[in-house]
Amino acid sequence: MRELSYSEAIREAMCEEMRRDPNVFLIGEDVGLFGGVWGVSHDMLQEFGETRVRDTAISEIAIIGSALGAAMSGMRPIAEIMFGDFLMCAGDQIVNQVAKARFMSGGKANIPLTIRITSGAPGSSGAQHSQSAESWFMNIPGLKIVVPATPADAKGLLKTALRGEDPVLFFEHKMLYGTKGPVPEDPEYMVPFGEAAIAREGKDVTIIAISMMLHKALEAAEILKKEGIDAEVIDPRTLVPLDKNTLIQSVKKTSRVVIVHEAHKHSGPGAEIAAMLAEEAIEYLDGPIVRVAAKNVPLPYNPELENYVLPGIGDILGAVRSLKINQ
Amino acid sequence: MTKIGTQENEDLTRQYPKDLLSELFRLMFLVREFEVRAIAERRGGLIPGFIHSCVGQEATAVGACLALDPADMITSTHRGHGHLIGKGGDPRYMMAELAGRSAGYCLGRGGSLHLSDFNLGILGANGIVAGGIPIAVGAALAFSIRKQPQVALAFFGDGATNEGAFHEAANEAGVWKLPIIFFCENNLYGEGTPQSKQAAVPDLAIRAASYGFPGVIIDGNDVLAVYDATREAAERARKGGGPTFIEAKTYRHRGHYEGDPQVYRPTEEIDAWKQKDPIQAFRKRLIKAGVYNDADLEEIEGSVIVQLNEAVSFAVNAPKPELKDALAGVYADTHNGLVF
Repeated sequence: MRELSYSEAIREAMCEEMRRDPNVFLIGEDVGLFGGVWGVSHDMLQEFGETRVRDTAISEIAIIGSALGAAMSGMRPIAEIMFGDFLMCAGDQIVNQVAKARFMSGGKANIPLTIRITSGAPGSSGAQHSQSAESWFMNIPGLKIVVPATPADAKGLLKTALRGEDPVLFFEHKMLYGTKGPVPEDPEYMVPFGEAAIAREGKDVTIIAISMMLHKALEAAEILKKEGIDAEVIDPRTLVPLDKNTLIQSVKKTSRVVIVHEAHKHSGPGAEIAAMLAEEAIEYLDGPIVRVAAKNVPLPYNPELENYVLPGIGDILGAVRSLKINQ
Repeated sequence: MTKIGTQENEDLTRQYPKDLLSELFRLMFLVREFEVRAIAERRGGLIPGFIHSCVGQEATAVGACLALDPADMITSTHRGHGHLIGKGGDPRYMMAELAGRSAGYCLGRGGSLHLSDFNLGILGANGIVAGGIPIAVGAALAFSIRKQPQVALAFFGDGATNEGAFHEAANEAGVWKLPIIFFCENNLYGEGTPQSKQAAVPDLAIRAASYGFPGVIIDGNDVLAVYDATREAAERARKGGGPTFIEAKTYRHRGHYEGDPQVYRPTEEIDAWKQKDPIQAFRKRLIKAGVYNDADLEEIEGSVIVQLNEAVSFAVNAPKPELKDALAGVYADTHNGLVF
């Protein structure tokens, strides 16, 4: 299979859907002339023109609000938020308008709106350009939350988002844009929401890893293998909806679980997953549910401090070893 | 601004179709009576939630909506009953929604603050001040992308023009010359604080200049002035002329919400504005101009009362939702119940 970068896979999904459906359009800061600050939408302006690849003012309320109004009026917008940290500038529109419009209208409003968000720490970008914001919105019914970790999933999940009728927050990790992987060429290739991927099968411990942490978890699993620990690594792929069944079945097999994400530990996505496993699978567990996540401070600028705060392979290894498997 | 109805020998039927004049009167009276009935039914216990009545502001809602085409779209506010009725909303489904019944516009899940009818181009009232303005800009954006000759109109109050959402939405609409009307119902108070304590400018219409489109000031209690200004703005927008900001000076006769003690404004001021009641002014004007006589207008009023009796009994007799209905309609696709 041909290989694409995560960035190219996202771009391909957007272009295919824009060719297929004239109602799909892209709106956001620097998405046109600049081609997106991360280059994801490069040259899309040339193909689709400025009507459908719309550069906006630095104006997140207008981006999300007008994308919502367009969605209510029959369009299928892709709104880009340049840094996940800026989601809060459009907080009311996302939380009070986008998420609730269908419910408040008695299910009558269709909101086919995909919000693409760049997420995570790209290195020395400081506390306002590095956050992983997905769990902020897990407490808001009405949104779907997607966290692709591979190029194939990025493409397939984005296509599912763009063909759906619900608002989706699509978190793209900045450090994954350059990573490569096989991506199917079939324009009908889609990855359904609510189906976790078992990235590595194992029997001793379940490592549930979100977004970029999937790759760290897979590296950790190789090191653990040499220590005689056979880790299963699972990527939930979507946090809302969450594929509880795949997670529970894995825990049933391994009896131990470590949850890894780059978001802060307190009330991060792992808190919900841990609570769910405690409620629904505690009888299968032979040890505590352990979370590996960013320490509970804003992300520092200094690279050494930043590395200290962010979760890494060493933290995953430490967490798994603390479970004293095979001892 | 000319004082309403003071023009001598006004020939209204030469300027406006007669059925438009009667419809303006009928709908304003319908809005007023809807509010009166809703307030009574709230006291009586049929309606559980808050009501922000628009008594006194009927001319802005009805005049603006009747100047639009059926395919045009609006966003509304917390004081939105008049906007819905103006745009063709059915008082039966409105009253049932206020009563929280499953026959209501939003199946009892929305209430007064979230009334909507997408078939009529009503994209929703809104519980957040200025929350609907960017949404209306989005509707205008959709019309612009699809090259459809439709117009969006955002209703909002004076208080909303101090919200960031207004400014961001106006800026985007100005840059893109979108077919939208920013319709400000300036009732002089943002909740319980006078406009003078919320904005450093007495006329909010000047804010349009920052965004590159015209702002006009009209007498919001003169339904024909509202109709004319909106019609002109809509025609301009349809021809690609871009947005217009209309500031309609008006007044709410009642509190911000039912039960508001209104300590923030003098009763003399309220009484003075009641003398400028938009419905009474239009009634007198129609009679003076010889369009209708008293009996004609009483007949219209009588038909409205009948319609509202039906709306209230529809709401009273409408079934209540089942508890399980609370869990439906959050998503279009629940992924086999993984989300609901």
